[in-house]
Amino acid sequence: MTLRSRLLPYLLLAPSVAFLAALFLVPLVQTISLSFMEEGAPSLANYSRMVSDINFGPAVRNTFLLVLTVVPIQIVMALAMAMMLQKLPRGRDLVLWIWTIPLGISDLAAGLVWLAILQDRGYLNSALYGLGLIEGPTAWLTYETPVALFVGVVVAEVWRATAIVLVILVAGLQLIPKEYKEAAEVFGARPWTIFRHITLPLLKPSLQTALILRTVLAFEVFAVVYAIGGTNFPVLVGEAYNWQRNYQNTGVAAAYAMLIVVISLAATVVFLWALRTKPEQQP
Amino acid sequence: MNVLRRTVYIAGIVALCAWVLVPIYFIALGAFGGRIGVFRWPKSIWPGDASLAAMQLFLQVEGVGQAMVNSIIAAAITMALSIALGAPAGYALARFTFPGQNAYRLLILLTRAFPLAILALPLTVAFIRIGLYDTAFGVALIHTALALPFAALVSASLFQAIPRELEEAAWVFGCTRFQAFTKVVLPLALPGIAATAIFAFVISWNEVFAASVLTVRNRTLTAYLLTVLAESPLHFRFAGGFLLIVPSIVFIFAVRKYLFAMWGIANR
Repeated sequence: MTLRSRLLPYLLLAPSVAFLAALFLVPLVQTISLSFMEEGAPSLANYSRMVSDINFGPAVRNTFLLVLTVVPIQIVMALAMAMMLQKLPRGRDLVLWIWTIPLGISDLAAGLVWLAILQDRGYLNSALYGLGLIEGPTAWLTYETPVALFVGVVVAEVWRATAIVLVILVAGLQLIPKEYKEAAEVFGARPWTIFRHITLPLLKPSLQTALILRTVLAFEVFAVVYAIGGTNFPVLVGEAYNWQRNYQNTGVAAAYAMLIVVISLAATVVFLWALRTKPEQQP
Repeated sequence: MNVLRRTVYIAGIVALCAWVLVPIYFIALGAFGGRIGVFRWPKSIWPGDASLAAMQLFLQVEGVGQAMVNSIIAAAITMALSIALGAPAGYALARFTFPGQNAYRLLILLTRAFPLAILALPLTVAFIRIGLYDTAFGVALIHTALALPFAALVSASLFQAIPRELEEAAWVFGCTRFQAFTKVVLPLALPGIAATAIFAFVISWNEVFAASVLTVRNRTLTAYLLTVLAESPLHFRFAGGFLLIVPSIVFIFAVRKYLFAMWGIANR
């Protein structure tokens, strides 16, 4: 091999490495230092301001509640949808396209979509009125109705982001060799047994990816919440946004960002460990 | 029994399709219904008040047009940058084995475990200093950081799928490595790369947090909608939401063939 061809891969990688260094590694270090700085000196002031803020407790609680509710629902729903697709004899492409449409829809737009349904004079209330369950326009999305507001945000998030889980799982299912299933069928295994003992274990890498991706993104939840509930439902990223845009305090915003990063990373490590596949288990 | 199960199965599929489509239909009604439509009670599921006038009115509101232009510019730059930087990296990953390869993959993996948009916070300071604050280009830079790892992984899988022998045959016939790439590999990879580019576009088009933090007057459509959310009337919000959705649906339709090939390998 000549020197030139040995250098070639590095030349090809260099631009993207330089870019990621400038826009990922450097800002990351800066966020860390911003969060630990107060007027040029190292300090924990930003963190103590963050923790003592009135919205901090609710924001942590709401964000965790959302992630812990939304992500499991999405995994179960996407699994069910992926299995349904496998059995579909005709029209598979059409159904798949419809189910993946939300993949391209932003969280802000999804929030607005569900606002149209859940607002006082929206379609949900019209339906409830038609059924005789409510007397007239009813507000669901205020701070006085925290449970309804929470359910609204969950529904919007499930509606929007289940598609990405579905795509990852369907792609994973395609990688599972048919022979395993056929062999199990020969030995008389029922569909449920096949699913539990063959499909699910072999799908572990895809489930891991889906869980990591979704959990990281779910901790970033913010625009959906803003669109549906305004400031009635504080979440972590929303608070980071508030401190940056409305209070012009990058330090506290950076402290929130660090908190989110640490939580996301912890979740990633947990999923990497809990769903690790030993080499001998791979098909 | 079998008929019953089959009916339940089909009903489930139809219900899940409706679950996706019906809300989009409702926001379309909201977008085209205008002020009167928003206040109608009880709502009808038929497009009674719908007219183009409501949407036209929204588009004439000060700032909306400019915000759309900014969104398109930022997304177009994101698309170009993430392909220009990501595709060569993908080619290197697909065709060479070299020390440091795993370090690069780790870097990419890291970016995916981070909430990247959050990193826009320190960048506001840096961008103000170098004059990139409040520009579509500045927004595009951080959006590229979001889309680039994805573009690199996907193009690596695209290039891997093209047999190395084709390239070697071209070399035998006297092509240089570069010529072989542009004449043999690139045409085969182009549709997949186009799909990746469209994905980068959608990532940028939809991103809210970084765009809102990095702009004041030159907002993208998402940032614009977010900042006027609290004070704008409902029909205005619905029109904005609908406008955000339309390109996404078209784009997902355009890349549907590549959706699974892309994610199937990109998530490994």
